Amino acid sequence: MSKKYISTPYIIWMLLFIFAPLCLVVYFAFTDKNGSFTIENISRLSQYSTVFMRSIVLAAVATIFCLIFAYPVSYFLSRLRASRRKIMLMIIILPMWMNFLLRTYAWMNLLEKNGLINKFFGLFGLGPFDLIYTNGAVILGMVYNYLPFMIMPLYSTMVKIDHSLIEAAQDLGANTYNVLAKVLLPLSMPGITTGITMVFVPSCSTFIISKMLGGDTAFMIGDLIELQFLGNDYNPHLGSAMSLVLMVLVLLCMSITNGFADEDTEVSF
Amino acid sequence: MDNNIIVSLKDIVVDFDEETILNGLSLDIHDKEFVTLLGPSGCGKTTTLRIIGGFLSPKSGNVFFDGKEITHLPPYKRLVNTVFQKYALFSHLNVFENVAFGLRLQKLPDREIKSRVLEMLEIVGLRDFARRDTTTLSGGQQQRVAIARALVNHPKVLLLDEPLGALDLKLRKEMQTELKRIQQALDITFIYVTHDQEEALTMSDTVVVMKGGVIQQIGTPQDIYNEPVNAFVADFIGESNILDGIMVRDFLVEFSGVQFSCVDKGFAPNELVNVVIRPEDIEVVPAIQGRLSGVVKSVVFKGVHYEIIVEQGGFDWIIHSTQKQNVGELIGLNIGPEEIHIMKRMRD
Repeated sequence: MSKKYISTPYIIWMLLFIFAPLCLVVYFAFTDKNGSFTIENISRLSQYSTVFMRSIVLAAVATIFCLIFAYPVSYFLSRLRASRRKIMLMIIILPMWMNFLLRTYAWMNLLEKNGLINKFFGLFGLGPFDLIYTNGAVILGMVYNYLPFMIMPLYSTMVKIDHSLIEAAQDLGANTYNVLAKVLLPLSMPGITTGITMVFVPSCSTFIISKMLGGDTAFMIGDLIELQFLGNDYNPHLGSAMSLVLMVLVLLCMSITNGFADEDTEVSF
Repeated sequence: MDNNIIVSLKDIVVDFDEETILNGLSLDIHDKEFVTLLGPSGCGKTTTLRIIGGFLSPKSGNVFFDGKEITHLPPYKRLVNTVFQKYALFSHLNVFENVAFGLRLQKLPDREIKSRVLEMLEIVGLRDFARRDTTTLSGGQQQRVAIARALVNHPKVLLLDEPLGALDLKLRKEMQTELKRIQQALDITFIYVTHDQEEALTMSDTVVVMKGGVIQQIGTPQDIYNEPVNAFVADFIGESNILDGIMVRDFLVEFSGVQFSCVDKGFAPNELVNVVIRPEDIEVVPAIQGRLSGVVKSVVFKGVHYEIIVEQGGFDWIIHSTQKQNVGELIGLNIGPEEIHIMKRMRD
């Protein structure tokens, strides 16, 4: 039996549930209620450009924070002894086993005007601060929820970097900064690009986090799309156009990241 | 060879998880020498190298380089470079950039970097491989890149951690000659770690034999081979027959129930000693003419010689002889006074 038959189930799955819906999204995006061709849905999107911008900026900021937090942690993990690594990794993954909504809801309770954090500050006569319904709260929610998706790919590339490479760099005169810039970063670039993809894409299109922690101030493209399908202004044609444009924008962002990474490494995705 | 001491270790102690790796090790290494640290795995030879390289700080003791204390100096500030066991080449850089790594960090002008890198690649015979990816090179070629990468920085001392371990026998022999040639051409100090006694004898000016974190003997390859200070060194450097004996008096030793005259003295009367005799130093004679006689247990052809095992009084003698003997035959063994090496009895 030829090996390509093994992939048949997935190919059928892909055609039915990925390719066909994608065609439908494209179809809806370029038609009106009567089913005739139009580009009005796309052109109308310019009025939502601030929402698109905000989504991409918030997602990008959250991704950068994830990278900054995850990089040292992943390095630390990868240098641990194998037995301790498993336990530490488990501790990091553990929050992911809790329901996503519950985790975000917990943050709501913490950040609220009468929440735990403001109550704590209140003890010293400070505040209350406007913590919830800010861009900062949304970024916090994204970083908190998606951090493990950055740690995992970073960790798995770093664990393959032989410690003798770091020693070799030091031996050749590299101080800590040079070891990071000239050896660690280039060698962990595959993990960085995967991590960025895995955090940036869901952050960009999230609607729960922005709804719960951002309220009206951090209205994101995901919320907008949700409204078109589940809200009062039911309009699947506009919703599809939004999804399509978002997809193109995300692909564009990703290709920029990958292009940047390719300068240093031969590994591409 | 001048007598300048380039690297000096004083009373180095290293512990890992309460296990002592180096136990008060002191060692002076002379400039422009090829020094080999030799010993079985776990003897502390690699640890010693890592102390000199700066990858490890001793629990106590001092490291001196060219007369200056460098015990706590980080690796990137030391004038030594290392060739790592598994080469540790940077897979994201090509051959040229791997070799140029240290020079780029020194921010030298591009022209100087280029000429020095190409000159070094010439020395290791990889001039035409400059633009190649390191992952496309064979083990021997990767090894040469690692050597070039270290040497291009003009270190005063090159540290080599079992660099030939992963190569096949023929390539290993080639590289041994090559390394010796490079060391002599550049006129710098090489500190070489290996567990392969043949490698140590072939290349070194000085061999340091180690066991359990303690130096057993320091000497030229000839000294180490011909005059081992104890049964461990004798056994580790080449094959040996090691017997228990009694030093009856100066120049007379008893072992295997027979008294032999020897050239050693200075032991207490009737002191228990170890007697070491090299397999090639035993003369095979007809049974009646031998001081000792025994039955041939096995004969194995080894190319240059036959390895003959002879049982005599419950001890299996290893004998290297160019003459074939027959299994089961009774033969005689003679040993000249010069060939008998007496050493203090080992405690383990």
